[in-house]
Amino acid sequence: LVFTEEDKYGLYSNLLFKYFLAEGIVCGHDLFVASAKEHPDNILKELPAPLLDDTYGKELGDEAAAVKSEDFQDSMKIAWRYQNLPKMEASPTTYTKFGHYYDASKKMSPELCQSVKWHSFYLHEELSFKPKMKTCNMNSGYAKLLQSIQRIISQEGFDGSDPQKKQRNVLRIGIQSLGSVLWGDDVCCSDAPEDTHSLTKFLYVLRGLLRKSLSACIITVPAHLIQNKAIMERVTNLSDMVVGLESFIGSERETNPLYKDYHGLVHVHQIPRLNSLICDVSDTKDLAFRLKRKLFTIERLHLPPDLSDTVSRASKQDLAGSAKLLSSGCGAMAIGKKHLDF
Amino acid sequence: QGKFTLLRDSRTDGSFLVHHFLSFYLRAGCKVCFVALLQSFSHYNIVAQKLGVSLAAAKERGQLVFLEGLKSCLDLLFGEEEQPGQPSPLQFLSTSDLRALFDFVRVSLTPADGDSWKGPVLLVDDLSVLLSLGAAPVAVLDFIHYCRVSVCCQLKGNIVVLVHSNEDSEDEENELVVNSLCHHSDLILWAEGLATGFCKDVHGQIKIIKRLSLRQAAEQDLVQIYQYKIQDRNVTFFARGLSAAVL
Repeated sequence: LVFTEEDKYGLYSNLLFKYFLAEGIVCGHDLFVASAKEHPDNILKELPAPLLDDTYGKELGDEAAAVKSEDFQDSMKIAWRYQNLPKMEASPTTYTKFGHYYDASKKMSPELCQSVKWHSFYLHEELSFKPKMKTCNMNSGYAKLLQSIQRIISQEGFDGSDPQKKQRNVLRIGIQSLGSVLWGDDVCCSDAPEDTHSLTKFLYVLRGLLRKSLSACIITVPAHLIQNKAIMERVTNLSDMVVGLESFIGSERETNPLYKDYHGLVHVHQIPRLNSLICDVSDTKDLAFRLKRKLFTIERLHLPPDLSDTVSRASKQDLAGSAKLLSSGCGAMAIGKKHLDF
Repeated sequence: QGKFTLLRDSRTDGSFLVHHFLSFYLRAGCKVCFVALLQSFSHYNIVAQKLGVSLAAAKERGQLVFLEGLKSCLDLLFGEEEQPGQPSPLQFLSTSDLRALFDFVRVSLTPADGDSWKGPVLLVDDLSVLLSLGAAPVAVLDFIHYCRVSVCCQLKGNIVVLVHSNEDSEDEENELVVNSLCHHSDLILWAEGLATGFCKDVHGQIKIIKRLSLRQAAEQDLVQIYQYKIQDRNVTFFARGLSAAVL
């Protein structure tokens, strides 16, 4: 159960949501999309197109070649302690076979979308449908969603109930903007919501459904709107993986030169610890994301070198060199960056 | 005998302690009732196998009574109408009443004829989930109290319960339950994340508090602090600052 805290304007979490669904299509998994905000048909039309091996490899190859030629270091003299650290690859230059990459600027072709079976749940179309299950005092929108998911799981045999079915497939469930007002839950509106337990009960039952079947689920929640922090803590305990996206749009970090290369930060609050005593803890906890024209990448946050005047001479040389180029048109002056201080 | 142990975690995951106690009591030959609210049976089974115990075999021979919360809750919500004589232990989802859960515990730990197990043990993972599912904090404390009377005093067994808490938590109901339980526990094992932040070699520190002051008025509680690192098959404990990575 992957729980994503949305960023303020929902731009990037939506992107992540679509990537999850697109990956499902490319892997041939079945999909279940639920939303109270947009009709699932529209969501599916907007999925990013997968990048085919050869085009991406070629693009990466060019980039990687450029990076390698600048990056030649024989040995470090001052910071020699860092020599022993593995060479950090900020972006995925080696094409590993886990997962696929997507082109954020292109839409997925309809034929590819149709190649898998998908189910949708749009809350406003299901309003008249009365849930048959015992609702246990849960919000009726959530109850209907659970019933729908359970129905699909048992009908399509994701829970192994149909022994005839040889080919077992995985169901990818995506639920958008859970907990928002559109679902009929006032958890995002007030500090002391009427029903504090609907969201957590929903997550518990969903967890049960996921554990019982071959499915994976991503949920996005506008966490910045939930004022009752106790609920956020409980929700974190009930999820396997919790990721928060913080975008820099509209915040003071946007103009902070430290973050100029990135569009936001990724906070990993919790990682799954399933079937084992340990969990796969990565080395670094500082992750940032950026949306280039085509790619959405998540990389280690590394600070750009501090290029202020007081610190490094190299920048002074650059400035002086270019100033000379501009001011005098004389070719003899603009030889190199050698800066002789008289 | 008759001890109540509280497992507590803050800013980290203390479930390795639950796995430890589960395999420990099973190996000791006790009859265990495990109320597993948060994870599936196969999760515990796989970890227990790494620790050398087979949960499936224990279940077969009646040594382990396993309440898989997630599965029972699905049966309750999506299953057919329940029989009147057998209320589901997870009935509190709709009625906020934990009595059915207590009855389940009591019935499973009451020795049946022909049982040769050493003392009964109740293990709960984890109690904080009950609050998320609609039970009131007072109801949870009552449930624990009833369990103590029944398991610790009447049956001379032990209880081990896991709760989550955070120092700056805003979940008041949870803090109420945790603080109350702390006062009544014989032994508290408190797993915390390191104050200095995340570290690859030391996963956290554990505080062991033996509440001697409960039993005898003049005694002080004994507090020991160790740090630990979790590996695939076991957990290594060491004194603070003496992690293998540093030495």
